[in-house]
Amino acid sequence: MSSPGRSNGTRSVRRSWRELREAAKRRAPPPLLGKILYLEKLTVSFDGFKALNGLTLYVDPGELRCIIGPNGAGKTTMMDVITGKTRPDEGSAWFGQDVDLLSLTEPEIAQAGIGRKFQKPTVFEFLSVFENLELALAGDKTFWRTLVARLTPAHRERIAEVLHIIGLVAEQGVVAGALSHGQKQWLEIGMLLMQQPELLLVDEPVAGMTPQETERTAELLLSLAGKHTVIVVEHDMDFVRSIAGQVTVLHEGRVLAEGDMDRVQNDPQVIEVYLGA
Amino acid sequence: MSAIAGRLPLSFSDRESLWFLSILAVIAIAVPILNLAVPPSSPLHVSTYVLTLVGKYLCYAMLAIAVDLIWGFCGILSLGHAAFFALGGYAMGMYLMRQIGTRGVYGHPVLPDFMVFLNWTDLPWFWYGFDRFWFAMLMVAVVPAVLAYVFGWLAFRSRVTGVYLSIMTQALSYALMLAFFRNDMGFGGNNGFTDFKDILGFDLQQDTTRSVLLVVTVAALAASYCVCRAIVASRAGRVIRAIRDAESRTRFLGYRVESYKLWVFVFSAVVAGVAGALYVPQVGIINPSEFEPINSIEVVIWVAVGGRGTLFGAAAGAALVNYAKTYFTAALPEVWLYALGAIFVGVTLFLPRGLAGLMPAASRGK
Repeated sequence: MSSPGRSNGTRSVRRSWRELREAAKRRAPPPLLGKILYLEKLTVSFDGFKALNGLTLYVDPGELRCIIGPNGAGKTTMMDVITGKTRPDEGSAWFGQDVDLLSLTEPEIAQAGIGRKFQKPTVFEFLSVFENLELALAGDKTFWRTLVARLTPAHRERIAEVLHIIGLVAEQGVVAGALSHGQKQWLEIGMLLMQQPELLLVDEPVAGMTPQETERTAELLLSLAGKHTVIVVEHDMDFVRSIAGQVTVLHEGRVLAEGDMDRVQNDPQVIEVYLGA
Repeated sequence: MSAIAGRLPLSFSDRESLWFLSILAVIAIAVPILNLAVPPSSPLHVSTYVLTLVGKYLCYAMLAIAVDLIWGFCGILSLGHAAFFALGGYAMGMYLMRQIGTRGVYGHPVLPDFMVFLNWTDLPWFWYGFDRFWFAMLMVAVVPAVLAYVFGWLAFRSRVTGVYLSIMTQALSYALMLAFFRNDMGFGGNNGFTDFKDILGFDLQQDTTRSVLLVVTVAALAASYCVCRAIVASRAGRVIRAIRDAESRTRFLGYRVESYKLWVFVFSAVVAGVAGALYVPQVGIINPSEFEPINSIEVVIWVAVGGRGTLFGAAAGAALVNYAKTYFTAALPEVWLYALGAIFVGVTLFLPRGLAGLMPAASRGK
């Protein structure tokens, strides 16, 4: 995988995104293989408030899916259910055909191949960029193993590769706490890549980013789709328009609309509850 | 990698370790020589009182390192480490009691004095084996380890963290204190164990025995320091710091946080237990007051004063605060607790990274 280069000007950026999107589609396995994520009739209530209310959602392998919806629509709760942080009252959640997510703990789900990036960038501030990536490295993560773990040349290569993808080669020795907001977000995406997950859950990747950082993040996510399945939760409509093939709109804990951006934006229900104008 | 390590505040260069181990080596060589070989008339002579005091400080330093590992690196504020220290001490005390043999006041060949006094006729089952040194030494490590394992397994599995966990560790220590105060427990009640005669056949009142104990304590302290440092410098050590700073993030990376916390907690308890075992023959007494909650809190203050998350700072803090304690409790006993409070407040306000934060190498990082 090569690093997406910086593009000059909006016009060429748009074209490169389209190209990247096409490329991502070509890399994706044929849809015959089945879905990678099955969420069916998920219901989660907190003190009577239904954060999820019969949510049903399927995601294809290699897809880049954007999830939008107003505050309280259940986006983060959905991610919590997928990653094992919250247990639903009803419904089922399957990762591929044979991994029942509801029966696994957070570390087991992570080991099964689901990585998550939080809304607020959470990197390990007192460790260096390099060490942050090292901890995210896929492999045996039991205490006794990590006690004697050494970095193999293959591991170093993998870390170097990811440093290159996220554009932090020069910062690898810097303490993560000293990075800019955008760099922390990329580092966290890099940590996801180290885990080599099949499914990446990315919560608001461009919140608080400058336009340049946003653009670069879009390139990064597009370059990942296809090889990985990526689910992005985002508020920034322009950003969603620029990266997403399929958009799912959540409202009050269930799916309100699904389809490409144009269709979703013209859906009268969506206009009413969310997009406003 | 060494260039990277140099820029990080927490992966200190080995210079500190070298200094720390050198100071320990000087203590191990100089103090016994000045005690045994220099005549008491010489101003350089180190009295047996001072020798014992140094040994005591070294045991406290070991306890401080144990607390620093679990608190400074893993973020678990244990307010019950004095309990592990005391349990190690009791295991050693049981061996020393059995060594007394017929030299006790009642001269019973098997039963320690307090059991004869309570009209017991048989040795309780849990005293079996403590006449053997190797068994007692095994128990010094095993008893704190098992307690830490069971406690940690329950607490960390239920995801009890922060102040709640601290309170539970206090409660654990307090409960053990109350239990050990009871005469029926079979551990000498509120008098505990004392009046020890010898260890492995060597008279505990002899200066040579005391000097050897000091050297052994230095060796144990150096060994615990090196093992703790190796743990901290390993990938597991970085996971532990990751848990301290962002626990749920670490979980989503696929680490079983509970198991990391548990093993560090168990290891830390073992170090505390060994420190307690070395403490008892040097001070010559162990009683339930060692379990007092205030003791565990004092350990946390030593670590905070010395510098959390540095290991050597914790050891230095233990020695300094206890030196201050020795001084104040002799010169101005009523002032000591106020002084301790003032030290803690002062360090928290003006030296958030402890005395270790004053060192140039440590302050360069941030």
